[in-house]
Amino acid sequence: MAEVKELVKELSEKYGNRRESLIPIFQGIIDKNYYLSKEAMLEVAKQLDVSAADIYGTASFFSFLDTDAKGKYKIRICKSITCDMKGKSGIIATLEEMLKIKVGETTEDLMFSLLHTNCIGLCDQGPAMLINDNYYTKLTAEKVRVILGDYIRNK
Amino acid sequence: MPYSRTRVVDVLFKPLTTAPYEILRKTIQREKKDVINELVDSGLRGRGGAGFPTGMKWKFAAQQKSDVKYVICNADEGEPGTFKDKKLLCEVPRKVISGMAICAWATNATKGYIYLRREYRYLVAQLEEELRIYHEKAKEMGLNFPIEIFLGAGAYVCGEETALIESMEGKRGEPRNKPPYPIQNGFLGKPTIVNNVETFASSAMICRIGAEEYKKMGTADQRGSKLFSISGDSPKEGVHELELGMTLEAFANEFGDGDTKAVQVGGVAGFCIPRKQFKTQIIGEGNTTGGSTMIFNSTRSMYNVLHNYLDFYAEESCGQCTPCRIGTQQLLKGIEAVKSGLKPPSYLDQLIKLSETMRITSKCGLGQSVTNSFSSIVQNFREEMIF
Ligand SMILES: Cc1cc2nc3c(=O)[nH]c(=O)nc-3n(C[C@H](O)[C@H](O)[C@H](O)COP(=O)(O)O)c2cc1C
Ligand code: SF4
Repeated sequence: MAEVKELVKELSEKYGNRRESLIPIFQGIIDKNYYLSKEAMLEVAKQLDVSAADIYGTASFFSFLDTDAKGKYKIRICKSITCDMKGKSGIIATLEEMLKIKVGETTEDLMFSLLHTNCIGLCDQGPAMLINDNYYTKLTAEKVRVILGDYIRNK
Repeated sequence: MPYSRTRVVDVLFKPLTTAPYEILRKTIQREKKDVINELVDSGLRGRGGAGFPTGMKWKFAAQQKSDVKYVICNADEGEPGTFKDKKLLCEVPRKVISGMAICAWATNATKGYIYLRREYRYLVAQLEEELRIYHEKAKEMGLNFPIEIFLGAGAYVCGEETALIESMEGKRGEPRNKPPYPIQNGFLGKPTIVNNVETFASSAMICRIGAEEYKKMGTADQRGSKLFSISGDSPKEGVHELELGMTLEAFANEFGDGDTKAVQVGGVAGFCIPRKQFKTQIIGEGNTTGGSTMIFNSTRSMYNVLHNYLDFYAEESCGQCTPCRIGTQQLLKGIEAVKSGLKPPSYLDQLIKLSETMRITSKCGLGQSVTNSFSSIVQNFREEMIF
């Protein structure tokens, strides 16, 4: 994890100190530190000269600006109707069993956060999920074991 | 006359046979006025959902006096069941970029953004490479219109153009009151043209084949072709380009699995059409909302479908206005109460009234369109809501 103060400074030099720079800065923090900590948001508030409440209000609005899910790998399973019809529940059961956490939780070693997400545009290839920026389609329990197994081995 | 057979076309995804950006180079040698008029004449309507005539939007934008104007390509594609914009960006990004550049040239816009939904971040690298090529070509042509990617952060409502702009400004993605429209007062207070990915690709296509040719497709009311994202109980899931104006029966015969009970046309914001209406309903601009079509066969519980939609709405409502914030939650609790017997079946009628009130009193299209799927499912599958 990068030191928050340095990181925010670096990102605001890259994207600017304007309000329009906020989402790219948030994104940059998450890429390095995996989530938006309270300290990070306070630092951003200071840097952009915006109230901390406003900064938090904005962060909490967006589902990919994680303020709670601290895992290095965010597993987002699509819960929209067509993925649901094609067996999303079984996929979640497999993931929960492998990671020993429930949807919405993060593993103790802070490696994985398991999350629901709305439509990710892979409806014709469901059930589908994202792990960070990568997508996985036509999931089956076996496929999930292989995919997640790889992440666990390489974490 | 609507078509009783589906007519598959292949224009949008056809690879370009000319050198990259040849259409752009040729188009910007014409009169700006003529190009805009050709687009008006083509009858092209926005492919993002609202269906506003694209040529008119560009015409109004061209009339705005401002040193700075923005063009934004709306690649937020959040409507459940839609994935055609992703396919366009993957397979024919140059058509999309050409459409943006032609728009900028015709309206004197100075800067462009592709607002890419966060879920599609894996596309960023290839799109940046495409933009690099575009910038080189644009320089050769003497066209000064830089384009960058703005990555969203995950919110369905940010597909709504004013919410999209708010989020680009680093704020909560809460829709603004309209008017003023983005054309007058958009990103950073400047005139801003927001169009869908497919709209830009279609505009470039019209510049290539001409309005006359384009108008030959479709019916008198529904011009041209359109992409349909097809998912659900279908052996032919995927993106299909079809001429507009076919009956739903033709559609279900072609894409259903032989046991189609209902088709959700236009995503969660659209209508759920039961089999008994397939003959008379036309898939057209009035109900396409981005071309999402989800097919349900007789094994599906329409209660579960509606429950899934309402859960989505309750989560994605930005919470800014009371009818939508509270209404979405009440509809969800309401159908649960009827299903479990806590409320009598007649309670469903009260819920339909509530959803209709939301249409009148909500600020943006999200809250306004909840009644579309709600009423169409509850009215057509009432027994499934109760038992
Ligand atoms: C809740 C909501 C979500 C929307 N999502 C999208 C979207 O993901 N993509 C899109 O192009 N338009 C979306 N729209 C429509 C836009 O507000 C806008 O009308 C459109 O981008 C204009 O482009 P067009 O005329 O080319 O369709 C949405 C509208 C609403 C109310
Ligand atoms: S209708 Fe819903 S989503 Fe739209 S502004 Fe109101 S609360 Fe927000």
